[in-house]
Amino acid sequence: MMTCAEAFQSYALRSLGYGERALPQGDISLCEQVVLIGSGMIWNVYLGLVALAFGFFFAVALALGKASSRRMIRKPSEWFIFLFRGSPLFIQFFMAYEAFVMLPRLGVEFEVFGIAIEAETRWLARAWLGALIVLFCNTSAYAAEIFHGALRSVPRGDLEAADAYGLSGWKKFRRITFPTTMRLAWPAYTNEAIFLFQSTALVFFSSFPAIQQGGDALYYASYFADRTFNPFIPYPIVALYFIALTLVVITVFGAINRRLNRHLPGDQRPRLRFRPNLIR
Amino acid sequence: MFQFCTDPSTLATAQWFACYLTNGVHLLFYQSFLVVFALLAVAAPLSLALGFLAATASRSQIAPARWIGKIYTAMVRGVPDIVFFLFFVLVLDQGIEYLRHLIVCPDWTDPIRQGANFLVCSAARTPQGNAPQWVHETYNFGLAVFTYAIVFGAFCGNVLYGAMNAVPRPQLETAAAYGMSRRQVFWRILVPQMWVYALPGLSNIWMILIKATPLLFLLGIEDIVYWAREIGGSRNSRFAYPHPDWRFFYFLGLLVFYLCFTRLSEIVLDRLTRRLTRGQATAGGEALRRAAA
Repeated sequence: MMTCAEAFQSYALRSLGYGERALPQGDISLCEQVVLIGSGMIWNVYLGLVALAFGFFFAVALALGKASSRRMIRKPSEWFIFLFRGSPLFIQFFMAYEAFVMLPRLGVEFEVFGIAIEAETRWLARAWLGALIVLFCNTSAYAAEIFHGALRSVPRGDLEAADAYGLSGWKKFRRITFPTTMRLAWPAYTNEAIFLFQSTALVFFSSFPAIQQGGDALYYASYFADRTFNPFIPYPIVALYFIALTLVVITVFGAINRRLNRHLPGDQRPRLRFRPNLIR
Repeated sequence: MFQFCTDPSTLATAQWFACYLTNGVHLLFYQSFLVVFALLAVAAPLSLALGFLAATASRSQIAPARWIGKIYTAMVRGVPDIVFFLFFVLVLDQGIEYLRHLIVCPDWTDPIRQGANFLVCSAARTPQGNAPQWVHETYNFGLAVFTYAIVFGAFCGNVLYGAMNAVPRPQLETAAAYGMSRRQVFWRILVPQMWVYALPGLSNIWMILIKATPLLFLLGIEDIVYWAREIGGSRNSRFAYPHPDWRFFYFLGLLVFYLCFTRLSEIVLDRLTRRLTRGQATAGGEALRRAAA
């Protein structure tokens, strides 16, 4: 048995490969469970945060693509969105894993400046990159649909006013269309961000291996549940961690929402309403 | 299946695939698609019923019923569903065994939790250790379906509660003015009208439910994901149909299956929405009326 301070010292960064190697055995204290599951949460936060950050820009591009009048741009965007929204994330994970494992066998080789480079595909079969790519594509597709909806509901008067002021092209998009789109899409996008963080829990089952037992929150939770035959402690701990994460997301996105709507009178500002339910 | 399948190693490619795709395990694989449909067929009405109960309870005038309804629908908030899936199956399993233990073996004195073990008397084991295989499978499937119903019932409850509040108040007040009792107002005015408001949310949940079916695999059911992994793995020459690792292609097949399924649902639900909005006092109904006029 360890004291709480000891448990924190040895296991706080366990999921990243620092600290005590061996997982607790025998009598497992509550502190050890809380610290280790929290350490696994680092991976969940990392996956969600990075996928969200990069996914945002790709989603804007996809939404613009879907709204484009050119068929060559519109169709690929529509198909991408349909592909990732229409199929279960779970299957996407499995497929991506198999594909990434197959890649090195097929031998991907590039020739850059006359030098043959074998592409480093080894990392793709690891959770930190492979699962990240899947989550990135997934959140891009879902967010693109949200942004596309918002893009289409930008008030016509705003756009006509922009025309009247002589704004056009990039300037009109940058100053008028984009801010209004974000303003309209933000409550729905907040929910998407919450779902994304929650779907990082699926990574544990996606057959991407945990290297040296450095897994995510559910990895440690299921380890404890297996060890103690008592699901009533580890899973509620995971649940509490995720609730805390959700609250953080709501706080941050709420602050951004207030900034996006700072020009509106108080009673017209849309409130963030958390409507949770989506699993993918 | 076919006459020429007796010795697969001598066959040409087309015939080999014809035999391969119809061998025993593949027929089991195709049957497992039925598991998905069975899950949807049972879990969808069950969660709708649970959601209806939860929404009704949340509107109740009796405070404890209201609390239960609200807590239940709020329960799923903020927690990944997968945690619920993992947690509930274990809780249900152990809960059922524990209850039966209390009833069947009242004079059992040993503690249930001995260190790392969960021990009930052998008569309380559910299902019984000597039960046939299909009982175990059905029991596990039942637990899984019930878990789905609980989780998705909370989602439905959320949607139906919103839909009940969306029915215009004057409708209910008029009904009351006509002398209907609370019960009559509820069943004759509120319930028939709420569906059109609930439909967008419910169709969303239906899509989510479809996309949640692969999680059956995590609950230990032999569903399509299980078989795709099982059959797709590489087979060496000791097997009748040796092949390299084809799991990617099996998952590709599942992906296409889900894409078709969700697309089909989308089309059907769109039709249903049009049908239900006809003649309703909503923007959608108005748009339909204008288009027809």
